[in-house]
Amino acid sequence: MREPVVIGTSLPRSDAPGKITGKEKYAADLYPEGLLWVGIKTSDYAHALIKHIDTGPALQIPGVRAVLTCRDVKGSNRVGVPEGDQPVLVDDKVRYRGDALALILAESREILQEAADLIKVEYEELPALFDAEQAMLPDAPVLHEKRAGKNILLSGVIERGEGRAALAACYALVEAEFELPAQEHAYLETETGVAWMDEEGVLEVVASTQTPFRDRMELAHALGIAPEKIKVAAPYLGGGFGGKDGITVQAYLGLAALHSQGRPVKMWNTREASFISSTKRHPARLQYRLGCRADGILHALSCRIVLDTGAYAHLGGPILEMAMEHAAGVYRVDHVYIEAYAVHTNNPVSGAFRGFGATQALAGIEQAMDRLAVKIGMDPLEFRMKNAVDRGDEIGSGVLMRNSTGIKACLQKVREHPLWAARREWEKAAPPFKRRAAGVAAGLQGTGYGPMIADIANAKLELLPDGRFRIYCGVADMGQGNNATNVQVAGEALKQAADAFEIWQPDTANSLPSGSAAASRTTFSYANALLGACRMIEERILIRSCNMGLGYHQEDLMLLPGRVRHLPSGKDIPLAVIAAAMTEAERLAVYAYKAPVVDKAPALVNSAIQVAGFPHLIFSFACHLARIEIDELTGEISVCDYLACTDGGKVLNPQVYEQQIQGGVVQGMGYALWEDFRLHKGEVLSKNLATYIIPTSLDTPDLISLPVETLEASGPFGMKGIGEISINLPLPAIANAAYRGLGRSLGTAPLTAERVLLALREESEEGCLC
Amino acid sequence: MLVRFKLNGREIEIDARPDRRVVDLLREDLGLTGSKEGCGAGECGACSILVDGVSKLSCLMLAAQLEGRTITTVEGLSAGEELHPIQQAFVNRGAVQCGFCSPGMVIAAMDLLQRNPNPERGEIRRALSGNLCRCTGYQKIVDAVEAAAGEMRAEA
Repeated sequence: MREPVVIGTSLPRSDAPGKITGKEKYAADLYPEGLLWVGIKTSDYAHALIKHIDTGPALQIPGVRAVLTCRDVKGSNRVGVPEGDQPVLVDDKVRYRGDALALILAESREILQEAADLIKVEYEELPALFDAEQAMLPDAPVLHEKRAGKNILLSGVIERGEGRAALAACYALVEAEFELPAQEHAYLETETGVAWMDEEGVLEVVASTQTPFRDRMELAHALGIAPEKIKVAAPYLGGGFGGKDGITVQAYLGLAALHSQGRPVKMWNTREASFISSTKRHPARLQYRLGCRADGILHALSCRIVLDTGAYAHLGGPILEMAMEHAAGVYRVDHVYIEAYAVHTNNPVSGAFRGFGATQALAGIEQAMDRLAVKIGMDPLEFRMKNAVDRGDEIGSGVLMRNSTGIKACLQKVREHPLWAARREWEKAAPPFKRRAAGVAAGLQGTGYGPMIADIANAKLELLPDGRFRIYCGVADMGQGNNATNVQVAGEALKQAADAFEIWQPDTANSLPSGSAAASRTTFSYANALLGACRMIEERILIRSCNMGLGYHQEDLMLLPGRVRHLPSGKDIPLAVIAAAMTEAERLAVYAYKAPVVDKAPALVNSAIQVAGFPHLIFSFACHLARIEIDELTGEISVCDYLACTDGGKVLNPQVYEQQIQGGVVQGMGYALWEDFRLHKGEVLSKNLATYIIPTSLDTPDLISLPVETLEASGPFGMKGIGEISINLPLPAIANAAYRGLGRSLGTAPLTAERVLLALREESEEGCLC
Repeated sequence: MLVRFKLNGREIEIDARPDRRVVDLLREDLGLTGSKEGCGAGECGACSILVDGVSKLSCLMLAAQLEGRTITTVEGLSAGEELHPIQQAFVNRGAVQCGFCSPGMVIAAMDLLQRNPNPERGEIRRALSGNLCRCTGYQKIVDAVEAAAGEMRAEA
């Protein structure tokens, strides 16, 4: 007999065979018959009024079928959630170099750039802003005339206790300032999709997207089509990480399909086009003042956070909220003042990226914590343990830890680990011209959308006539394996083997809207909904089995792989027989799940920040340890050992859990050490993977991941989301180790060899002065 | 020009522009979309194929260079439903996440294990260092190649 799926085991992902054989079709792999290629003409300036666009010369190129401008857009010509401020094709002025001025439809991909170069645009250049602080000055040029706060998209203050006034009463106080760079998602599959008008006049879009349902509504609005005339499908994504949370190429595809004379269209950004036009993690400036009492208890925190949100709003508002909510980390602090600004500049659009603002804030508080520990001569881990919250406490930002809170257990796991316990001996054994140092960081990640946007998943589960099941996934799978995890969830609930399930990737025609693949909420919300649908189907199967004479009492029946058993008699009926007797309506179950939220938000923040999502209810926690070696001759930092202890609730699948931890940590190491997104006056200088350096297999060690399985009562089987928490701590853990090794702060990231070498040189020069 | 080569065990004769990129020829003209394109500039390795048994980047090769060669893409590794031991190890060891780098990784692993059937983890990391992955952090990919090597040695 086939074994039923069990939660807590490493069931291999059901999507892996199709992907590993090359059979799985991503959006990039679709080449509909007779397609036209689509590309855009991007701006030559970061900030300029558009006076005239001459498409004539481009249209003369053989193979160019159409060149469209804003005049060809019938709808609002605006996309972007929640603000709707980003033009599909610019109609008034450009605000960054990635803005699209014209859309080209051509017979081949090669012609697109040639045509773009021939589109003549008359600009009136405007003074541009490339620094968020300067953009806040009163006389700064304004990017969005309608924005009341001038270039400030959103700002907020959290004040608790005596706020800043309490800093004066601290026994020890540190001040620290950090600059964090943009981070490029660098998913392997650049933004892509295909579209066509079907026989019924419906616009069909297949795209690499984290948000098919939301895209559909945005396309309807932007292009002036009724939503019921649009279908969006989201096959497996070749990576997302937040960069495909919202419209990338979808509106271009939709517009092109409306003007392609019935031919299908395809767009697939080159790597360079992707780097120029796509969203990035917000560059941030963090100024921290943190003080404690003589006994090491944190007393006061003041911080100022400035996020460069780039040319358009995207999700900058909710990201700023998350930065504020996480700005005090996992610690109790009675007196707090947090002020934060998301500011427009003419830099690339900043948007969602795994960690969603928490990453930047935790880089600040966790480095400040280490400075303070050094200052008072306390062990950094003990200092954290002393101040970390228990369930029922409020973290410094004023958020009550109502649900499972495993941070102390995470700290304890690191404290007990030999990599930490034996760090002194390891440091002392450093080879010549190498310095060794260990650093820790702790943190949390709010999961879900917060209280203002309902986080609803609608699971749809069908018992097929052959006795198998089909799960209509409602959330896109960008690679994290949520849709394969649905098999494990439903398998456990219905006591079926893995091969009893087929999974349908989300599309707006067949699945039901279940929110974005984002916010560490994907499996939490969809699996909760799916469990509801499983209960419905199970009950119907058992009732129908009674109908068919298997037994009198439903309670006497149980589901087994492929069959139902009457326990008193031991008699089985195959599910196929039961399914065949059921109507289509009976075989289909739909269940809506709404994630819990904090019903009453504390009044300590302004309402705009509450609207942006303050506060969250459920948090994942982690403590990371990095042991690094600094090469005194080259400045290169190598991570020798890395330990990640994570409270993500119950682990549904250890292998998939480790995938998230390992992948997030390595992406975080890239952010910490190498990923240096360079701009010059809004122009992207890091245009490819040869200049924007993401980690390779040679750059990182084997990691150790230890789960702390607190049971989260609201989670399916007790789980919490872990898609993001892992990326938040490599930067502060490594920077804290570097601070100890170098005896000084670089104040910026990434900690490239060049910067470390300069710091070492400063040190030796100062040494000479002594 | 007419290009003749052997592709996944099959003789191919195809009319192609001599400067057509091999990745486009495979994906668009022959429908073999297993070889992915992640950069188009030889930086990511997602388009790796075996040319006469050696891993090459199909985004940097032109159609004319295929003449007389024996080409294996990821689609040519499995026999029907049965996965190649490397592919099976990737599945079992959780080495596949978004999967966009996976075909290229498997090709790079094939190249390595043909040359070195019993590699150390460091040698595996070195052999895969031309193939970028943004999801996994590489650890489970190294696990998979290590496991596949053991499996293939046992079979040999």
